[in-house]
Amino acid sequence: MSFINYSSREINCKIVYYGPGLCGKTTNLQYIYAKTNPEAKGKMISLATETERTLFFDFLPLSLGEIRGFRTRFHLYTVPGQVFYDASRKLILKGVDGVVFVADSQIERMEANLESMENLRVNLTEQGYDLRSIPYVIQYNKRDLPNAASIEELHRLLNPETVPEFQSIAATGWGVFDTLKAIAKLVLQELKKGR
Amino acid sequence: MVSPQLVMYEEEFNRISAICERLCIDANAKVVFLVDKNGQLIASAGQTSNLDTTSLASLTAGNIAATGGLAKLIGEKEFSILFHEGERDNLHISIVAGRVILVVIFDGRSSLGLVRLRVKKASQELTVVFESLMRKLEDPAAGSPFAEITDEDIDNLFND
Repeated sequence: MSFINYSSREINCKIVYYGPGLCGKTTNLQYIYAKTNPEAKGKMISLATETERTLFFDFLPLSLGEIRGFRTRFHLYTVPGQVFYDASRKLILKGVDGVVFVADSQIERMEANLESMENLRVNLTEQGYDLRSIPYVIQYNKRDLPNAASIEELHRLLNPETVPEFQSIAATGWGVFDTLKAIAKLVLQELKKGR
Repeated sequence: MVSPQLVMYEEEFNRISAICERLCIDANAKVVFLVDKNGQLIASAGQTSNLDTTSLASLTAGNIAATGGLAKLIGEKEFSILFHEGERDNLHISIVAGRVILVVIFDGRSSLGLVRLRVKKASQELTVVFESLMRKLEDPAAGSPFAEITDEDIDNLFND
């Protein structure tokens, strides 16, 4: 749910990075944080365990520039990917404007991808959203790994509805900003349509 | 969409800011801020210059969401007031009008009793403002304030 403030002339939108454990959601945010001008970003917050697994969420506020005199601000969140953190994932999806599903390209993680995507669908439905009607893109991460499945295979299994999809290597940043731009655009287009 | 987008107009924003500022003075607090349940900062008052209010807003909303989840697990609707006591500064967090979060940061110059008392009064005033704002937003004539932006406007944002 976007927040438009006429007084401070700001539009605020919430984007959530979803996906199975260790797929690279936090790495996406870390790369965005590292490569964004200091004046365009706020502090990145990571609520993680001692072993750097996301416990509750990562949060990164970003400012993308102005549209018709309104500053556009995006709040990027990640969810904890591990299966047993489902209660936390539900909370983070509240008020979401757009979703990035980060899939782990490794063949052996395919089941985890499918399970996480189903979980996303269920959790969104619980909040009254429909994955088919909200801004949604898919990122196939870890393309550099030798055991990565083919794009055709990933597409067939994870993207039968053919939403925008991107390849990435989040650790090096390849594909990270393409994904972010795509989801931000979709969110703004949705905003344009109104309620 | 499940809930209408929150739109804040100048008039309501000024009323809300005035209430926050008065609460800050009346409660002898350091900082007062108001956050949407989704973590967006709505208004703030007091000594905010060296505070990261964006992060505070997001973490407060996360905190309220997590305690709300706990409440449901034990059969409560929500915990409408949270209090965190620090060595110097304390945080008083309360839910207003069921959808926004009022946060008061105070130190030894104030007291929990005084903060609670003033928060109660301010909450009632804020509830009135938010109810009128929600009525405004539900009015179908309100439309989307961004209906006029073009695809070009959006593309321009992403030109490197």
